[in-house]
Amino acid sequence: MRDLFLAVLLRDLKLASRRRIDSLLPVVFFIVALSLFPLGVGPEPQMLRDIAPGIVWVCALLASMLSVGSLFAGDLADGSLEQLLLAPQPAIAVAAAKSVAHWLLTGLPLIVATPLVGLLFGMSMPALLALVAGLLLGTPILSLLGALGAALTLGLRSGGMLLILIVLPLTTPALIFGAGAVSNVEAGLPAGGHFSLLGALLLATALGAPVATAAALRISTE
Amino acid sequence: MNSPSLRLYTFAAPSRFYQLSGWLVPWFWAATILLTAAGLYIGFFVAPTDATQGDSYRIIFLHVPAAWMSMVLYVVMAFWAGIGWAFNARLSSMVARAIAPTGAMFTFLALWSGAFWGKPTWGAWWVWDARLTSELILLFLYLGYIALVNAIDDVRRADQAGALLALVGSVNVPIIYFSVKWWNTLHQGATVSMTAAPKMASTMLTAMLIMSFAFWAYAFAVVFTRTRAIVIEREAHAGWVAELTRGRMQA
Amino acid sequence: MNWGSAAAFFEMGGYGLYVWGSYGVAVLLMAVEPVLVRRRHQRALRDAARMNPGSETQS
Repeated sequence: MRDLFLAVLLRDLKLASRRRIDSLLPVVFFIVALSLFPLGVGPEPQMLRDIAPGIVWVCALLASMLSVGSLFAGDLADGSLEQLLLAPQPAIAVAAAKSVAHWLLTGLPLIVATPLVGLLFGMSMPALLALVAGLLLGTPILSLLGALGAALTLGLRSGGMLLILIVLPLTTPALIFGAGAVSNVEAGLPAGGHFSLLGALLLATALGAPVATAAALRISTE
Repeated sequence: MNSPSLRLYTFAAPSRFYQLSGWLVPWFWAATILLTAAGLYIGFFVAPTDATQGDSYRIIFLHVPAAWMSMVLYVVMAFWAGIGWAFNARLSSMVARAIAPTGAMFTFLALWSGAFWGKPTWGAWWVWDARLTSELILLFLYLGYIALVNAIDDVRRADQAGALLALVGSVNVPIIYFSVKWWNTLHQGATVSMTAAPKMASTMLTAMLIMSFAFWAYAFAVVFTRTRAIVIEREAHAGWVAELTRGRMQA
Repeated sequence: MNWGSAAAFFEMGGYGLYVWGSYGVAVLLMAVEPVLVRRRHQRALRDAARMNPGSETQS
């Protein structure tokens, strides 16, 4: 199972490296979308500092959801998805590998871009650290749930919007805890509980989502 | 063989369900009307005015039953969808699909009545506390399920995908229930519990419980009727449907 | 009885808008939903009749 996992993961990374511009799109979207907020709500520094954790999380969510739609599409189109599912190893390996690949290509770059964003919004160092830590725990959750959504909506006409509609409600706990942790840190309150809950969410999602995604892949390709 | 288990299974056939439900639905409507009349009578004419909230609290006879239904129906929907997926039972999947719009309706009603209760009580139509937010998310879960099953043309794939989504979403239902305990919130704590004495007058509680049963009866009536429609839609080519519609004038 | 007059009943101690705003929408939804479902059922029966030749009234 580990071989299939690594094979799929490395293949996705290699394919992404050949289309670097496409791979950078989620991060660019992330920064552009975030920049719209000061333009829309005004540049008053304290307000921006207040809303920063929430809107960073929301934009991370949206960037993830927009890029996860095509997670399986390429493989479906050229027939390789069917081949992968015919393999004797469980499809969970494929689901997990795809989720990890998505996180490495979308989630991780977002986390790297966050300090820049923190600067733009005038966040304090402790708040920024809490934000990055939260995203470190949260973006994998987004990739895992996004993969499930992509598998369920595989090949559908209304795919993109539908995927966002069905996955976003499932990601709201992560959003609440992640943004809440930063708010707590800014207010001088302890954020340990938030991070623990986020960690627990990650664990539960990591155990459950690939199983569900594998089932969804079978449902969508039968 | 005529073993009891076999007889139970025969009602799992769409045709038998269609017969049975056709007989039951009018009784459900009767129950709905009677229970609603009783519940609202007690709620408006017997239960006293509340000391703190005045008469605005009477929204509770609508709000709480609707909220309960919204949560219970989601679990029931996920259950039947799951059964349909696990045992390839077509009728179970049809029932799940029939539940979704009614569940969404009750969720919307809970939110709407909650807002109209919140405005005079808290001064705001909406607050983003845990329970309200979770109920809103429940509405999105219903809408997502409906959108997904309607977006997939292949009926079997749609049923199965919907089942998976509903089961995954059902982890949200306990979160709503426990959210009052976990977070500081503006929403009042649970006033009805299995062990502790209820914190409200018994007439108010009675009216609320009767209204819950009324909503249950309503849900059965509507969901069964919708299931009957779905059965006809899906089994249109079956012999028994042809038999049923024989002699029916063409539109 | 709680209410001195019909007017008092409709006013709900000043909360009339909220109480009737809630119950009004409830009545609306719970009247419209069964109608829509019944229509769906009738439509399904009509379509099934059309699909199944052999009915005596078919021309």
